Amino acid sequence: MGRFIARRTVASAISLAFLVMAVFFLSRLTGDPTDLYLPLDASQEVRDNFRELNGLNDPILLQFAYYLGDMARLDFGTSLRSAEPALAVVLQAFQWTLVLALVTMAFVTVAAVILGSLAAFNVGGVLDRVATFFSLIGASAPDFWLAIVAIVIFSVNFGWLPTSGTGSIWHWILPVSVLFIRPFGLILQVVRGSMINALGSAYVKTARAKGVAPQPIIFTHALRNAMLPVVTVMGDQAAGMLNGAVIVETIFGFPGVGKLMIDSILQRDFAVILAAIMVTAVAIFIMNLLIDLAYALLDPRIRY
Amino acid sequence: MPDPILEVRDLSVTFETARGPVRAVRNVNWHLARGEVLAILGESGSGKSVSASAVMDLIDIPPGRIDSGEILFEGRDLLKMSPKERRKINGPRIAMIFQDPLSHLNPVWTVGWQIEEAMVIHGTGRAEARSKMIELLGKVGLPNPAEAAAKYPHQFSGGQRQRVMIAMALALKPDVLIADEPTTALDVTVQAQILALLEDLQRETGMGLLIITHDLGVVAEIADRCIVMNKGEIVETGTPAQIHNDPQHPYTKKLIAAAPGKGQMSDGGDGRSLLLQMRGATKAYGDVAVLHGIDLDIHAGECVAVVGESGSGKSTVAKLITRLEPASGGTAMWKGEDLFTMPPRRLLEVRREVQMVFQDPTQSLNPRMSVQDIISEAWVIHPDILPRHRWRDRVAELLEQVGLEPDHAHRYPHQFSGGQRQRVAIARALALEPRLIICDEAVSALDVQVQAQVIRLLARLGRELNIAYLFIAHDLPVVRDFADSVVVMKLGRVVEQGPVRQIFDTPRQDYTRNLMAASLDPDPDVQAARRRQRQEMMA
Repeated sequence: MGRFIARRTVASAISLAFLVMAVFFLSRLTGDPTDLYLPLDASQEVRDNFRELNGLNDPILLQFAYYLGDMARLDFGTSLRSAEPALAVVLQAFQWTLVLALVTMAFVTVAAVILGSLAAFNVGGVLDRVATFFSLIGASAPDFWLAIVAIVIFSVNFGWLPTSGTGSIWHWILPVSVLFIRPFGLILQVVRGSMINALGSAYVKTARAKGVAPQPIIFTHALRNAMLPVVTVMGDQAAGMLNGAVIVETIFGFPGVGKLMIDSILQRDFAVILAAIMVTAVAIFIMNLLIDLAYALLDPRIRY
Repeated sequence: MPDPILEVRDLSVTFETARGPVRAVRNVNWHLARGEVLAILGESGSGKSVSASAVMDLIDIPPGRIDSGEILFEGRDLLKMSPKERRKINGPRIAMIFQDPLSHLNPVWTVGWQIEEAMVIHGTGRAEARSKMIELLGKVGLPNPAEAAAKYPHQFSGGQRQRVMIAMALALKPDVLIADEPTTALDVTVQAQILALLEDLQRETGMGLLIITHDLGVVAEIADRCIVMNKGEIVETGTPAQIHNDPQHPYTKKLIAAAPGKGQMSDGGDGRSLLLQMRGATKAYGDVAVLHGIDLDIHAGECVAVVGESGSGKSTVAKLITRLEPASGGTAMWKGEDLFTMPPRRLLEVRREVQMVFQDPTQSLNPRMSVQDIISEAWVIHPDILPRHRWRDRVAELLEQVGLEPDHAHRYPHQFSGGQRQRVAIARALALEPRLIICDEAVSALDVQVQAQVIRLLARLGRELNIAYLFIAHDLPVVRDFADSVVVMKLGRVVEQGPVRQIFDTPRQDYTRNLMAASLDPDPDVQAARRRQRQEMMA
């Protein structure tokens, strides 16, 4: 197990190194940073100063070496907008995104697993049909539309909930609800399909012959076997959220990493963009590692 | 007759399928007394398991439907009870074990937990269940019970897993144990051990034992009484001796007649030319050696059987000959050339002459290809055999040769029965006009009568087309009837080899003798003699 984690860490470090390289050279490909960073009407003197100050007159490979050195010290530079260290800005925003993703995924998991399992236990029953109907709608509805409609109904018409921002528990309800719907529909369907398989398996027959009641058959015998594909899809969905739920965060004015990235791109705040890319990449790597460990935890036949 | 503890009266069960309702059992009656061993004998599709499933409330409704009848347990009708009441009977009063214990044990829980659960859900305290569980694991013959309890099903061998299932079923000392094909997936020696264990436990507890099987040998070994089922109906009831020696119903007569192990043994062919000569073949996966120097001769037109328990390396030998796996050492001379080191282009030509037929035709035939495509695919790969305009006629010819109809060419594998599918697989092998066909457990999954037909077909083709067979099998009676010579393998070594008559009549090695003694004979008298022999060997 320790060796597995070490191996995966090395492999991810290599991917990260390639990412670092790609980011550096791609951002140079977009043009001279002087043109990108400075206002269009900046004087030649200002431009020269800027070049000198940021080492842009050095050969490209030397610039890359400096850049690597900065990376190694976790120094991503300073945000142009806030004049704070870029990493601190990103971590601040990332906390919000992380909590949003965790809260949403917790609700999604509990709801989808319970409803999906019960739907699978009685295929074609009322619960199954209702759950399948709504999960298909949920999985296909675009979230920008849902977000706007939710604001119109609950904030504007009824005035029950704030339209955007943060500050109270009420501010969380709309973003979490909108983010909830799509993964919920998707994961419910995966749980249902996987559970139908597990409930039809031979070991469930054995459990019935032992006299095990329906509830433990579903949740003790079948569910753990059915969870592997569910965990895979859950990881995929959670990765999407950690990347920053760009649309939902932007619409609800939620100060997460998705909104931060959009704002930084629009204002060419390269240091922040770079830091945000690295932070989310590391987060996704850690999450994938956790998923692999979850496999081993769920299924004793999987050992690393 | 003592009072029956379990009685099935006039039971009829129907399953709704896409092709209309199927009446799985019709007006079935049987009873089981305490201390009795009753066998239900039948081929696949005979409905032999259906009444037991009805007893255990394992029939899903829908698509199943119980049309009529009652199931009396101690005089009370199970079918009139609530699901909750029936759950109180399942386990403590009537328990069941199944074929293929690997899929019937939950892969994600330890075996100890699964056995404890059987007790805890019926009211035993955790601590008591735990100590009883360890005791049970010891009783069914697992070494180190406390250690075994913490392991998962995949960490055991097939026989050990069946022991775990038995421990679980017997945890609450049921009055009736139902065993559905309990030894079908096991080696002959392990089968004998499991049947002996069931018998001992049955005698000790006085429970009624219902065994569902397709194997006349199992009936002869263990049953007091036997019910023969065909197409959902009981055709005959009697003692194993009555059924075997004096069958009344035409179906039973055919079934008994088809049982292998009674035919003329081959005396081997003399003066045939040597086809394949394997010397010192070894195979290792990493540090694990699975074959330790195998010598093997196959002559033209000869049937060489390879027998041995699982893990003996039988199938690995086949994989080396077909070069599906590279050998680690040794030689295999095929017409003066070494198969193991042959360059790929030459190998392609040899592969044409060496064909394989696998155990499960459902898996080895592509379900999306028609029979025409399956058979003629061989000619796509080896275009020099047959010009394209003759393919259709040749497929028709091959299908007739294996006993199918020419217009079956347009069907897909799922439209055939198991035996017919195996015929398709044989026709596919014949398409390349092979010199050697490797049959890896090719008849193991088939019902007795179909098995006999396929064996007859293989024998006829061998004679007519001068094809040699490497016949890998665990079923000794089939080998006895079909093989010219036999190779006995154990743990990657050849223990003994020789003409079939010598191996069966005068085996030299203890391992071979054990294998013979453990194999089950459909004749209860022969079987009784074998039991005595087994007991002597143990003593």
